[in-house]
Amino acid sequence: MKTDSSCCNCSKPKDPGRRSALKICTGALLGLAAASAHRTHAGEISDARPEIGDFLVRTDAEGGTQPLTISDLAVGDKPILAFPLEPASGAIKSGSRLNKVIVFRVQPEEIDEDMRRNSVEGIVAYSAVCTHQGCDITNYVPKDNALICFCHFSQFKPTHGGEVIGGPAPRRLPVLPLKAENGRLVVAGKFSSKPGATAG
Amino acid sequence: MKNKIRPLVAALALTPLLATAALPQYAPVTDIRLANPEPQNWLSYRGNYASWGYSSLKQINTQNVAKLKLAWAYSTGMTEGHQSPPIVNNGYMYITTPNNQVIAFEAATGKELWRYKKTIPEELQQLHPTNRGVALYGNKLYLATTDATLVALDAVTGKELWKTAVADWKKGYYMTLAPLAAKGKIMVGSSGGEYGIRGFVAAFDAETGKEAWRTHTVAGPGEPGGDTWPADTYKRGGGSVWITGSYDPDTNLAYWGVGNAGPWMPDTRAGDNLYANSTIALDVDTGKLKGYHQYHWNDGWDWDEVSAPLLIDVERNGKKIKSLVHAGRNGYLWLLERTNSKINFVDAWPYVTQNVFKSIDPKTGRPTYDPARTPGTGKTVNFCPSLWGGKDWPPEAYNPGTGLLYIPANNNLCSELTGEPAKYNAGELYIGVSIDNILTNVRMDDKARKHVGEVQAWDIKTGKKVWTHTYPEMNWGPLLTTGGNLVFGGGTNDRKFRAFDATNGKLLWEFPTNSGVTGVPSTFEIDGEQFVAVQSGWGVDAQRMQGAFDAVLPHKTVVPQGGVLMVFKLEQ
Ligand code: FES
Repeated sequence: MKTDSSCCNCSKPKDPGRRSALKICTGALLGLAAASAHRTHAGEISDARPEIGDFLVRTDAEGGTQPLTISDLAVGDKPILAFPLEPASGAIKSGSRLNKVIVFRVQPEEIDEDMRRNSVEGIVAYSAVCTHQGCDITNYVPKDNALICFCHFSQFKPTHGGEVIGGPAPRRLPVLPLKAENGRLVVAGKFSSKPGATAG
Repeated sequence: MKNKIRPLVAALALTPLLATAALPQYAPVTDIRLANPEPQNWLSYRGNYASWGYSSLKQINTQNVAKLKLAWAYSTGMTEGHQSPPIVNNGYMYITTPNNQVIAFEAATGKELWRYKKTIPEELQQLHPTNRGVALYGNKLYLATTDATLVALDAVTGKELWKTAVADWKKGYYMTLAPLAAKGKIMVGSSGGEYGIRGFVAAFDAETGKEAWRTHTVAGPGEPGGDTWPADTYKRGGGSVWITGSYDPDTNLAYWGVGNAGPWMPDTRAGDNLYANSTIALDVDTGKLKGYHQYHWNDGWDWDEVSAPLLIDVERNGKKIKSLVHAGRNGYLWLLERTNSKINFVDAWPYVTQNVFKSIDPKTGRPTYDPARTPGTGKTVNFCPSLWGGKDWPPEAYNPGTGLLYIPANNNLCSELTGEPAKYNAGELYIGVSIDNILTNVRMDDKARKHVGEVQAWDIKTGKKVWTHTYPEMNWGPLLTTGGNLVFGGGTNDRKFRAFDATNGKLLWEFPTNSGVTGVPSTFEIDGEQFVAVQSGWGVDAQRMQGAFDAVLPHKTVVPQGGVLMVFKLEQ
């Protein structure tokens, strides 16, 4: 039962896009199984952060690996949790939970100017990992216009770049910029800041 | 204990060695010492195996406690809930902080000896970023971490000796408790009920870290109680173990509190759901279940029965009982009898407003419920006490001098919950109540608006409440009681740490600390001088409850964060 904790560090922060040789631990492999098991360095892709041109696919099996389209999201629907998918290889970047994003649609006119550039017809995407202690953010409460984290009730304003509007989170939620291509949602830039808990 | 120090290590250790010149050689912590701890030390989570939170030290007493002054303080540099007791062994003191750190001090002066920081996986989510302390055994010190690892350190140097993965943190297993050390074993249990884990208590060899046994708190098919879970619900049945067990060396049984069943809505797992919401008796050599008492079956209120019962010999109706005493999260105070083969129900009565139980079977202690106050999927119900219960994890204390049990309670508070379907995804929340409902669950009537937090003193012999001290809002303060006839505790959002007269509850001293005090206080003596130590550092559940209060009250309360260890002594 003894373990080497270095395995736990297999998903250490990497420069996005840098494809260095990585140790792969079970967690990383699990996410891969569904995608492209034949790739020798598939683990690298599975762990790598979202890149420009990636599609988004649901984290649960229900949607299969069909990339999300604009018509999958309506104002008032529950948010969708998604992982990036690299179109060239078909690999889903689900090896690290830091790649999990929360995607949903609000009225476009509610979105401020800066965020509008990163959204598609009112559809916004954020890191689904709270900047406080790293819990999943799965809930959007429209009446408060707030993304709420269950763990310690941090609240973020998705129409305004994920700024903190309540709770202990020390910094805003990273934005994942979106664009549309043929009705599909496509990643238009890297996370606006490092996803995950804030050290200290 | 082998003490081979290589030259490099010796050189590195030079500075701390000079600094600790005043410290005696480290005294190994043995079974005999843990079973009969010296009054000058605080060797384990609650000071003794019976979980009393009691010290016979009496230099600081009702006459002079008003002269208590800060002797030294130390800023941990961490935010979040600082809950661990300062654990003291012959002048060496150890605290833990959130984010899995251990700091060692010279207890008399506050000089830092060493600091250990466990590497935290980048992907870890910490629902409870806290730690409730170390266990000392032999020359080692043990830490249970939020990435579900058991770590052994050299108590003198802080050097990591081994670490053992106890469970898979990616599936939501994590640990916040101080381990229990007895008979060559280090015992821990896992949290993670909100993530659909299957709880357990496990024991590891103190020397090597090798697993000795593991007993699930959620019974599986073929095990006694396995038929109280439909289909495969046991696999995700919760039953977290949040808090250090008590231990009876005479019977070699350890008593653990078990958390609620998951997900929260009871109709998703029709049945009693053993051994959720129970206390269980485990044989320390084998892990075998030797008895249990389920405080309430098929929980729907998030009433984890997390804290271990106190082992107290009481006389009741002329009969001597080796008892187990537990102030339940379900709002009832439980008196049970422990034997070497089972646990018997003796008595139970509400110690806070409780409107769910319609009756208690006088023989078995099994409650019946008001269906209108029992949550369910698609159903909205209001119930008291709130989901944080009459008492959450903060431990009670028992003083053999006064014969009283002291409870850090939250009274008058109710909750409203609406159940919804829950879907299991490994490592993700698995609750069945919406997050905004939990944020706004608190219901307060006029009584609650007047006061919620209490320190209660009960005579368990007679079942009578002897005194109550009330606070306007919550109480999350673990209690310490002493031979000086005192009760110490914090837990309020006004940042104060207080001392009461143990006999009558009179407030004798209070000190406004840096943050809110949710730390377990301890006391110890060095060179004839008594100290009282506690960590101040608000966070975790206290902060969450404050958030819920702020959501329904016309005012908001800001409790500043940041951990400070405070050590008090009498003014010369
Ligand atoms: S992790 Fe989200 S509020 Fe703490």
